Amino acid sequence: MTQTNPGRANALEVRNLVVHNSALTAVRGLDFTLPAGGRMGLVGESGSGKTLTALSLMGLLPMGWQANGSVLHDGVDLVTQSDKALSSRRGRTISMVFQDPLSSLDPVRRIGFQVSSVIRRHTQASQQEADRQTLELFRQMSLPRPEQLMRAYPHEISGGQRQRIMIAMALACYPQLIIADEPTTALDVTVQKQVLRLLNNAVQERGCALMMITHDLPIIAAMCDMVAVMYAGRIVEIGPVAEVFRTPRHHYTKGLLDSQPTMDNIALDGSSRLASIPGMVPPLQSLPKGCAFHPRCAAATEKCRTTIPTLEGDQRRAACWHPLGAEAAADAEVKAQ
Amino acid sequence: MNATLHDNKLTPPLLEMRQVTQTYMLSRKTLLGARPSLTVLDNVSFDVRPGEAVGLVGESGSGKTTLTRILTGMEKPREGHVFYNGADVWAGDAERWRNFRRSVQVVMQSPRSSLDPRMRIGLSLLEPLRALKIEGDHVARVHEVLDQVGMTRQALERYPHEFSGGQLQRIAIARALMPAPKVLIADEPVSALDVSIQAQVLNLLKDLVNELGLSLVFIAHDLSVVAYTTSRVSVMSAGKIVEVGKPMDLFTRPQAEATRNLVGAILTVEAGLAGNALG
Repeated sequence: MTQTNPGRANALEVRNLVVHNSALTAVRGLDFTLPAGGRMGLVGESGSGKTLTALSLMGLLPMGWQANGSVLHDGVDLVTQSDKALSSRRGRTISMVFQDPLSSLDPVRRIGFQVSSVIRRHTQASQQEADRQTLELFRQMSLPRPEQLMRAYPHEISGGQRQRIMIAMALACYPQLIIADEPTTALDVTVQKQVLRLLNNAVQERGCALMMITHDLPIIAAMCDMVAVMYAGRIVEIGPVAEVFRTPRHHYTKGLLDSQPTMDNIALDGSSRLASIPGMVPPLQSLPKGCAFHPRCAAATEKCRTTIPTLEGDQRRAACWHPLGAEAAADAEVKAQ
Repeated sequence: MNATLHDNKLTPPLLEMRQVTQTYMLSRKTLLGARPSLTVLDNVSFDVRPGEAVGLVGESGSGKTTLTRILTGMEKPREGHVFYNGADVWAGDAERWRNFRRSVQVVMQSPRSSLDPRMRIGLSLLEPLRALKIEGDHVARVHEVLDQVGMTRQALERYPHEFSGGQLQRIAIARALMPAPKVLIADEPVSALDVSIQAQVLNLLKDLVNELGLSLVFIAHDLSVVAYTTSRVSVMSAGKIVEVGKPMDLFTRPQAEATRNLVGAILTVEAGLAGNALG
C-alpha cells in the first residue's frame, strides 16, 4: 500500500458547483479549494445544501439530482466521471463517514468482513492480508478486544464503537480525502470527543485532507483550519477558522456564533437571553431575491433585497454588502496612512 | 445521594417523585433460571416547585427517559411514589388522576414524529382538550396559545409537513400548553433543531416559565443548554441522581465523576481555536 500521492497540490478544487433536480436548485454555485492535507469545515443548517454538496463529490446524489460545474480531484473532474469510475474511487481516493453508523453498516455481516472487503475491493490483498490490516486499523482506533470485534455484528457494539469502525473503514485504503458528514451528531456527548480525537489523529498521521460537515461550530474550531459557512446553497463566508470565528464579517456567521450557549454568555443566574437569529431558513422553493439572508438580517438595505452579493476578497471572503468590521478596517487604513 | 438543594424551603414541591425504584424484567437467559431484571432507576427522588425551572442531564442510558415517563404517569413505579400537589397520583380516585394528567404536559425531542402527519395543526392542538374532556371556548384557547408561542393563525389550517423543525417544535409546545398545565416537561426539546433555531426555542421556554409561572423540567444531554434554561440541575448516572446543584457550581466545581465527564465533554469555539479542545 502506498501513501497518498504528494505530487498533487489540491485534494479538491470546486468551481461553480451547482446541484439541482428538475424543480429545485439546492447548491447554487460553490467555489473553494481544499489543499492536499488541508482541513475544511462546511457549516450550515438543514437546507443549506451542505450534505448535497458532499454527496455530489462522492457521486452519491439521490435519484433525480444532478451536479454541474467542475470538481477537480486527483487529476480528474468528478462531475463528468461515469458511475463505474466513481465507484472505483469511493473508499480508495475519497471516502465518507456518515452521520448514523448503524444504517451505514450491513446488519447481517460480521464487522471484520465489512472492513476487509473494502481493502480487498481496492487492493490485491488476500483475505488474510486484508484481515491483518483490518485488525491493525481497529487497534489504531483504540477499539477494545479487536480480535473478538472482527467476528461481531454491528448490533453487538456501542454507537461510539460503530462510528470508530466507520472511520477505520474510511481510512482503510489511505484516501486523499475524507468527507465526514456530522460524524458525531448521533453519538453520546461523552464519547464525541474521543471519536473526534481519533479521527483527528488518523487524518494527521496519514496526511489526508478532511472535509468536515456539521452545524456544530465548536467541532469545526477543534478540527479544521479553514471554514466555509453555507446559507441557502451558497458560501456566504470562507476563510481561516480563527479569523472567521473571531472576527466574522457576514451577519449570519456572527448570528450563529452568538446563538451558541456557552459558559460566558449564559451568565448562569437565569437572567440572560441568548441572541437568536429571527425567522427561519428559507425553503428552496421560495428563496428571497437578492441576498438570501436579508429577511433575517438587521443590517439589510435596499441593495441587499435586490442584488446578490458576491464573495469578495482573496484568502478571506464574505458575500455581504455590509460586512461587519468594514468600518473598523477602513478606519485602521486611514490611520495607517 | 445528595440531599436536594432547596432554593426556597418554604414552598412545597408541585411535582415530586420520592424514592422511586424502577426495574424491568428481562427475558430468561436459561431454561429454568429466574428472569433477570434490570434496575433502571435506583431510589431516585426528584422534585420541582411552582414556577421553578429544573434540569436533568446524563448520558444516554442513565435513566433520564424512564424518569420522565414516571414523572408524567406514563409508567407506574415499582417502588416509591409520585406526588402532584402533595397527593399520591397512583393512590387516588379518577378525578385526582385526571387533574394530574391535565397539569403535567410533555414536549418531546422530535416534533415531526409527535404530531400526526395527517391531522391539520388546528385539530392537533384540540386533541388534548378532547382527550382530557376539558370544557370551554376551545377556539379562543387555541388562539391564545398560538400567540404565546409566537405562531400566526394561518398555521391552524396547515399540515405538519408544511413547517420547519423549529416551527413544529413551537406547535408541539403550543399543544402541550393547551390544557393550561402547571408543569411542562421538555425531553431534549432542541437537540433535533438547527443551531439558529435552538436559541429561539430556548428563549421561548424561558419566557413561558417567567410569564405563565410554569414549572419546567428540562431534560437534555448537553449541560450548557440546560444551564441556560434552568436554575437547578440534577445529574443522572446509571439510574441514580449523583449530583444536584446550581448550574454554575456544576460547571466550576463538579463533584461526581459523571458531572466531570459531562463538563469535560463540552466543546467550545474558543477552546477549539486555542487548539486544546480535544486534549
